[in-house]
Amino acid sequence: MTVNSNKLSAKDYATDLDVRWCPGCGDYSILKQVQTVLADEGVVKEDVVFVSGIGCSSRFPYYMDTYGIHSIHGRAPAIVSGMKIANPDLSIWMITGDGDALSIGGNHLIHLLRRNFDINVLLFNNEIYGLTKGQYSPTSPKGKVTKSTPMGSIDHPFNPLALCMGADATYIARTMDRDPKHMREILNSANGHKGTSMVEIYQNCNVFNDGAFEDFTDKKRKAETTLYLENGKPLVFGENQNKGIKLDGFKPIVVDLDSTSVDELWIHDESDKIKATILIGFFSDPSDLDFLPRPFGVFYQKDRFIYEEALINQVAEVTKRKGKGDLDSLLAGSNAWTI
Amino acid sequence: MNKTLEQKKEVTILFAGDSGDGIQLTGNQFSDTTALFGNDVRTFPDFPAEIRAPQGTVAGVSGFQLQFGSSDLYSPGDKADVLVVMNSAALKANLHNLKSSGIVIANSAGFDKKNLKLSGYGDENPLHTISEKEFRIHEIDITKLTRTALVDSGLGTKEVDRSKNMFVLGFLYWMYNRSLATTESFIKSKFKTKKHLIDANIKVLKAGYHFGDTSETFTSRYDVKPADLPKGNYRSIMGNQATALGLVAASQKSGLELLYASYPITPASDILHELAKHKNFGVKTFQAEDEIAAACAAVGASFAGNLAITASSGPGIALKGETIGLSVILELPLVIINVQRGGPSTGLPTKTEQSDLLQALYGRNGEAQTVVIAAKSPSDCFDKAYQACKIAVEHMTPVMLLTDGYMANGSEPWAFPKSADLPEIINHKTDKINSDKGYLPYLRDENLVRSWAVPGTKDLQHRVGGLEKDFLTGNVSYDPDNHEKMVKVRAAKIAKISDFIAEIELEAGTIDADVLVLGWGSTFGAIKTAVKDLSEEGYKVAHAHLTFINPMPRNLGAMLKSFKKVLIPELNDAQMVHVIRSKYLIDAIPFNKIKGLPFSIEEIKAKILETLPS
Ligand code: SF4
Repeated sequence: MTVNSNKLSAKDYATDLDVRWCPGCGDYSILKQVQTVLADEGVVKEDVVFVSGIGCSSRFPYYMDTYGIHSIHGRAPAIVSGMKIANPDLSIWMITGDGDALSIGGNHLIHLLRRNFDINVLLFNNEIYGLTKGQYSPTSPKGKVTKSTPMGSIDHPFNPLALCMGADATYIARTMDRDPKHMREILNSANGHKGTSMVEIYQNCNVFNDGAFEDFTDKKRKAETTLYLENGKPLVFGENQNKGIKLDGFKPIVVDLDSTSVDELWIHDESDKIKATILIGFFSDPSDLDFLPRPFGVFYQKDRFIYEEALINQVAEVTKRKGKGDLDSLLAGSNAWTI
Repeated sequence: MNKTLEQKKEVTILFAGDSGDGIQLTGNQFSDTTALFGNDVRTFPDFPAEIRAPQGTVAGVSGFQLQFGSSDLYSPGDKADVLVVMNSAALKANLHNLKSSGIVIANSAGFDKKNLKLSGYGDENPLHTISEKEFRIHEIDITKLTRTALVDSGLGTKEVDRSKNMFVLGFLYWMYNRSLATTESFIKSKFKTKKHLIDANIKVLKAGYHFGDTSETFTSRYDVKPADLPKGNYRSIMGNQATALGLVAASQKSGLELLYASYPITPASDILHELAKHKNFGVKTFQAEDEIAAACAAVGASFAGNLAITASSGPGIALKGETIGLSVILELPLVIINVQRGGPSTGLPTKTEQSDLLQALYGRNGEAQTVVIAAKSPSDCFDKAYQACKIAVEHMTPVMLLTDGYMANGSEPWAFPKSADLPEIINHKTDKINSDKGYLPYLRDENLVRSWAVPGTKDLQHRVGGLEKDFLTGNVSYDPDNHEKMVKVRAAKIAKISDFIAEIELEAGTIDADVLVLGWGSTFGAIKTAVKDLSEEGYKVAHAHLTFINPMPRNLGAMLKSFKKVLIPELNDAQMVHVIRSKYLIDAIPFNKIKGLPFSIEEIKAKILETLPS
């Protein structure tokens, strides 16, 4: 990936097609932040590829003036894997949704993560199937009433980031459509990570699942229900930044900073897998007795070898050892005879 | 003692034993040796249906048949002249494949009480009850002789017993007067630094050879003179290996890096194994998490400018169907290889069949044509794999290559080409804006082929996808007329490929023959031999063999119509007949076998005779 010297603006990364999401859809914000981040970073357009599967979010590539494939349902992780092997220099962004990534494409997603291709994954989680007009998704809460679950869903939902951790992802973050500034920070950081960067984005589907994340976006409640993670900083939240999280063994507990010193709080460390796993488990509902604020930010980040480099190294190593292949001797094999 | 030397024009040997007896290795070694000697050779490995079947049972029997001779051969032979069996289960599974008065060479140690029981013979040893008039039985205690030869080797009994196939091989080399050199050098390269194993195996090999010389029971040896093959450089090759080499050659000649993505499946995995060895040709292999991912990874690589291949067998191809459809609408080069096996569903993984023809032609949603090509023999897999890549790249289309388990695992001598003589492969990569409206990804040339702008190319950014696209811009289009136009133009692009492929010619016979036998795929050898034999007997029979199944050769209809009768033998329930009837309105006569086994020459001959006017 090279960086453009003639600075482009966010608009330069947009195509001239009309954007076809419903008015008010959270996708608009994500599109804008992605374009802004690419412009800020001065990424060269022709080196970028957006690849998506199927679903509302998967229309995304059509709106980016880069290379792109709007592929088939759930398969984007496999497509980007092959693409990255073919050309490791490309900056590849995979756009997916909760149905695309976690239901029909679940298998591909976990294998993408364990192989750790250098790719950015943006998972637009709106806890519903929007394109097919409102069936419950693998992240819809239990009891969710939708067209396909008139009596309420009896599926236990995924915690998407816990799944990613289970697949040994090397970068796990969460942000939301309603916080553009935070989203830009996370997109920037994700793009800087070498390996598969998994960014879950809470995205409001105002047509079929309006307010799914209201607990975390509502201005009045937000401070009490969300926890913004900053590496090296204590876990503090609350209306007046007056609450903190402390670890009691492996058990996180909410403390009042009036009575507890900041020094006793949990200090966020992105490289600590065990703590990241506990943080990812902050997944309860504000109505629950043991409610913990929902974290946003980078949970976990780790350097691990990336697949495409390891593959290229093997090719280089064999070529060094055996010499560049000679087709005629390959065709002749080791037991040829002449008549 | 004095041994006689008997001349033979061709000989068919069938090796059979437990899957742990090294039968495949024995068969391959004999084939290599006799091919190097100058015989024409065709082989047919018959793997046990169950890899983990209990030792000594019929289900666990592995077979390897080969025919070698002093004239051109096209098949591994029908029934065997010599049946080598390592135990009683092997005899039970294969005795019906032996010619009457054929020779049985049996390892008597494999006919003990336990083996007889496991194989279902019960208390009676068939070697003692089979009439000497019917077959000529030779019992040799191969296990004991091998142990004796290695008594001082310091090896354990297990290791010693594992080399008893070398005794068999040595003995057959004596019988057919072949040199031990090829196998000796094979043993050396196989065991590399393990000198004690090299010494042991060579010792047993020689013991087998000398046993033939000294044993009183064998009075005759056989002489099969070298075949009069066309001049050229030869090697022995198996089908899957030839496919792999064809792909590497196409990558080298086209200057496109090769990405081969697949998921392990019988009988296609050997292509992956072979390619994984050739990384110094820039070959990248990707073992994906499933069949779908393999196909999708290939599509991603193709979009990024690689020569992208995915392969599988029937069930895996079914899973790839949606992705193949995607490559049809994207119009990207992609080669899909189906090493066919018995179906439906998991079917008969280790057995051969041609029952995925209609799947190849029609097995996708929507109007989604791909090119379909069929190879006809092990070495032909090289040519067809190469050609599949050439067409995919030159016509920006998916190409389905059909092989099958029979040719994939069979081997034959191959007059391999020089790389300089392989046809050029021109790709459609571009770095130019092709219209005053900017870059139009779906603007077509005179052959209806679009250009290939790969990511990284300045100013040619564009988006493609599985939704129907506008005729020029490739943007999503729901316009009714545009959709019909796109469906037709994608089909027309495939149809136009018939301008670039050779017309079909008669393999044998003349245009006034009473019947044309139209074949495709690995039935080639059996049909070719059957037609040759009948022509020599004075019958008027012709043979034509299809390589291109979609599009078909432009003269095929006219050719078929000039014959009074067209007979189509296939290892399926009349799939090609269905295609030919609907395409050309010809009442082709089906001849089908669906037993997981190739046709025998006799079966085809009998059917031709039945078809001929009386
Ligand atoms: S259905 Fe929902 S997710 Fe889809 S575009 Fe409309 S608002 Fe957005």
